[in-house]
Amino acid sequence: MKNFTHSIDQDGIVTFVFDVPGRTMNTFTESAVADLDELVEIIRDERVKGAVLTSGKSNGFCAGADIGELAENAGIRLTGEALEAALKKSSRMSWALRALETVGKPVVAALEGLAFGGGFELALAAHRRIATKAVKVGLPEVTIGLLPGGGGTQRTPRLAGVRNALDLMLTGAPMPAEQAHAIGLIDEIVEPGKTVEAAKAWIRAGNEGIAPWDRKDHKMPDGPYTDAGMNLFSMINAQVHGKSYGNYPAQRLILRCVYEGFGLPMDAALRVEARLFLACQQTSQARAMLRTNFISKQALAKGAARPADVPPYQVRKVAVLGAGMMGAGIAYVQARAGIETVLIDTSLANAEKGKGYSVGLLDKAVAKGTTTTEQRDAILARIQPTEDYSAIKGSDLVIEAVFEDRKLKADVTKRAEAQLAPTAVFASNTSTLPITELATAAERPENFIGIHFFSPVDRMDLVEIIVGKKTSQETLAKALDYVKLLKKTPIVVNDSRGFYTSRVFETYITEGLEMLLDGIAPAIIDNVGRMTGMPRGPLELADDVAIDLLDRIARQRRLDLGESETARRTDKVLIDMVAAERFGRKNGKGFYDYPQGAPKRLWSGLAEAYPVKVARTTPELIETLKQRLLYRQAIEAARCMDEGVVTAARDADVGATLGWGFAPWTGGPISLIDSVGVREFVTRVEKFQAEYGERFAPPRLLKEMAAEGKTFYPIKAA
Amino acid sequence: MRQAYIFDAVRTPRGRGNAKGSLHEVPAIALATQVLQALRDRNGLDTSVVDDVLLGCVSPLGEQGANIARVSALNAGFAETVAGAQIHRFCASGLEACNIAAAKVIAGEAEVAIGGGVESMSRQPMGSDGGAWSIDPDVAFRTYFTPQGIGADVIATLYGFSRKDVDSFAVESQRRAAQAWKEGRFAKSIVPVVHEGITVLARDEHMRPETSLEGLGNLKPAFEGIGVAAFDAVIKQRYPELETINHVHHAGNSSGIVDGAAGVLIATREKGEALGLKPRARFVATASIGSEPSIMLTGPVAVTKKALARAGMSVSDIDLFEINEAFASVVLYYMQQLGLDHAKVNVNGGAIAMGHPLGATGAMILGTVLDELERTGKQTALVTLCVGAGMGTATIIERV
Repeated sequence: MKNFTHSIDQDGIVTFVFDVPGRTMNTFTESAVADLDELVEIIRDERVKGAVLTSGKSNGFCAGADIGELAENAGIRLTGEALEAALKKSSRMSWALRALETVGKPVVAALEGLAFGGGFELALAAHRRIATKAVKVGLPEVTIGLLPGGGGTQRTPRLAGVRNALDLMLTGAPMPAEQAHAIGLIDEIVEPGKTVEAAKAWIRAGNEGIAPWDRKDHKMPDGPYTDAGMNLFSMINAQVHGKSYGNYPAQRLILRCVYEGFGLPMDAALRVEARLFLACQQTSQARAMLRTNFISKQALAKGAARPADVPPYQVRKVAVLGAGMMGAGIAYVQARAGIETVLIDTSLANAEKGKGYSVGLLDKAVAKGTTTTEQRDAILARIQPTEDYSAIKGSDLVIEAVFEDRKLKADVTKRAEAQLAPTAVFASNTSTLPITELATAAERPENFIGIHFFSPVDRMDLVEIIVGKKTSQETLAKALDYVKLLKKTPIVVNDSRGFYTSRVFETYITEGLEMLLDGIAPAIIDNVGRMTGMPRGPLELADDVAIDLLDRIARQRRLDLGESETARRTDKVLIDMVAAERFGRKNGKGFYDYPQGAPKRLWSGLAEAYPVKVARTTPELIETLKQRLLYRQAIEAARCMDEGVVTAARDADVGATLGWGFAPWTGGPISLIDSVGVREFVTRVEKFQAEYGERFAPPRLLKEMAAEGKTFYPIKAA
Repeated sequence: MRQAYIFDAVRTPRGRGNAKGSLHEVPAIALATQVLQALRDRNGLDTSVVDDVLLGCVSPLGEQGANIARVSALNAGFAETVAGAQIHRFCASGLEACNIAAAKVIAGEAEVAIGGGVESMSRQPMGSDGGAWSIDPDVAFRTYFTPQGIGADVIATLYGFSRKDVDSFAVESQRRAAQAWKEGRFAKSIVPVVHEGITVLARDEHMRPETSLEGLGNLKPAFEGIGVAAFDAVIKQRYPELETINHVHHAGNSSGIVDGAAGVLIATREKGEALGLKPRARFVATASIGSEPSIMLTGPVAVTKKALARAGMSVSDIDLFEINEAFASVVLYYMQQLGLDHAKVNVNGGAIAMGHPLGATGAMILGTVLDELERTGKQTALVTLCVGAGMGTATIIERV
């Protein structure tokens, strides 16, 4: 065995220590799965009376399957003999665990740390699970578009009941040991360091090594066709369907595993799960979600886009200019990350108000018990509110978060730069103004870069780094080191109007306005928007962003590009709404009305302003509208790649899903194009181009790729 | 072509479908048995001439299981040569059973057949037979499964029927049913249910003739809870034109849960007359159809058009319409879409007042409308019901 060590004690109890070499955390690699067969052979030895499974890693038992290996085969659709062969391979771990469960001798899992995914499934195949209070267990497969394929979908309902099992698997959330104990997934809770001892005691007490479901008299209660079961299944089917809009096959397949496996003998149940797992792994969603939500995100968070030849940059002190909502949020995340923070505004009072934001968040965290008072005080002590620019002195980086006004930004740039060492970075948090142009105010434009945080800063994981024409590679590396310190995920883009995220995001709202002008009923527009997997419909999103803000951005664009007011008909919608003082949620009047204490309702005047021509849908119309909303964004993302604004599909996809919640099931706009197939995508959008206009024209890059049969992401040969 | 004729139609009164209902103490088999015996005795029927007994039943398990049609025929003392089959077309099972009986006669497979249905909802509850449709995740997702009460609310929302509209319809149904009973318009068909010679129920007992608009206004919507908890979000994916769903239905404007049974004697004209019976009406056309299953209850319009087309008739050729009052919006939608005058529709009230014993209703209202044609000297009638999973079934008859 390469990943387990073992020793036998005088009572004939063999202890296996799970310890994957060269890794800080145990994961189920193919090699670890192969070890399971050997492990079972060792237990079969007649001298062995029972076995204990434990971990050699201080941080936990096992984090689950090796995602890299899973991702390689995801999304590849097989049939016939190739499918049969793939099933043998993909179900290998499940059958190895079944062999362990039926080895005929007691096997106990001794958990001293987290046990997730395949790691928890190994524990579930044992005859008893003993854990400490601090242990967390979970089956998080659904979050990467998969289902637990090592018996998890079958053993959890048999141990904890259908409802509890489905809650665990459909959310994918970690569960504390005590809760897992309460529902039957953990058998015993002991003090830290005592799990192995407790496991051996249970074996020595002469307990049998047989799973409850392998006993002849075993029956599962509350089957799908009992009164309780019918209610449960019909409600949960609807709830999952309602929330997921059917976009996430893993959720539906988890429901199927539990439903179809209910009451079956375990071998049959595992066969059902194995087939459904493989079906799940072959969906485009699994491929896309594994890649974007896990592999790409992790690579970017680790600094994959960082120029390699620049030495690491120590960021100890950072000044934040402007203590408004963004500045205050940035100051908070910096201080949390241990960075000495200077928070500057026009008056000390304003700067202190900005620091107050951190006080509020930290007080809440203390009240919730997630932060101690000492931690709070230490974090707050790192934030120095001031109006004095000389406090900037000694900063490794300055981040400017003042109003989106070119003159003002130029002024603070000059004042801050005067205090900075020639090696320090000056960053702008602008979300709209071109970095190259802002950099003209700087003495050292090569040190000037865009670091675009998203609001609210403490909750949004993404940071968009914007490289101006003169920005040096060294500055880029330094900015990425700063972002890494904040534990956020950066994407790197080149300077352009709206950069990447704002530019593409805007097309979603605008396409919604196009539909409104086409006479599509507003309820249809927003319901279909949500059905695409976007967090909100385009009209309600416009209300949330603020229509007057969208109008201001459109005005600036017209000014910069010399466009007339009538150049884009959707601009007129914004102009008219603003003229009618319908600014959105902020003044309670937008595309919706916001009555006090009642849910928002579509503005009754909307039908008069934009007469409805399409009041009823068909499945075909719904599909077309969904495609318009998603493809419009995908086209813009592809244009960004065509123009070199974004240089890697990975950045485009992670930026979209983290930045504006782009339909997570797609893995991002570029993954979406790959899933549809570049050629098919071009055919579809060219049809849209003919019908709806040039905004759907595929860029040169897509046409070339279609002609050459290329894909954005490599496809492994089946 | 051979023709199928109706020679007689009987039904039990409808008992409230709960533990307080008069028929709760009567097994379902007894309801079916007494209906078959009534058809035999009223017509002096030598039961050996009957080729088949087809009975609708929607929860065919427990005491209603194991082919209640054949077992009822045996229990009624019919000749052992009489075959039987239980029919399941959800709420139209009773009418479908009559349509199949007629089809067998027309096809020459049978000379004499009985169609009908039975349902003791108080003893074998609605939904107790389970089914993959809502429970199997794959099927539920694929069909956008939504309970029919929410489908009824969606019809009201999409086609503009307010709470007042549906409640007003319910009040009128109660008024018409009360008047019909008062004038004895159902007398010809009603067969009281007896137990060891003692009459248990002789009259529909679900009716509330005192129902008022104000009274109904106090009732809480029945489907808002499960709608908000789960199903509204599902059906909105099929009908994204819905901003919200106006939940207008409740127990007072939906069909009542009741117990009951019905039977219709069907034969060729020649065979019936040879048995000394008088034909009352001819089957002109029958049809079933499927429509969108999640809204579920729009089938009657589609199947009416189908049956009319098959008969070469138009809406104006029909003197009386009988559409099951599953929910008020179903009937309002039917009248709206076909441009019908309420004066020609459900003239003696319907299931909102008298109840809907699932498997039996279709056969009951076929008899009801035939009685009414005869009472008023009219000629043609169309009977239809909305059916689970989006289906519709219809029958056009003509007096002879």
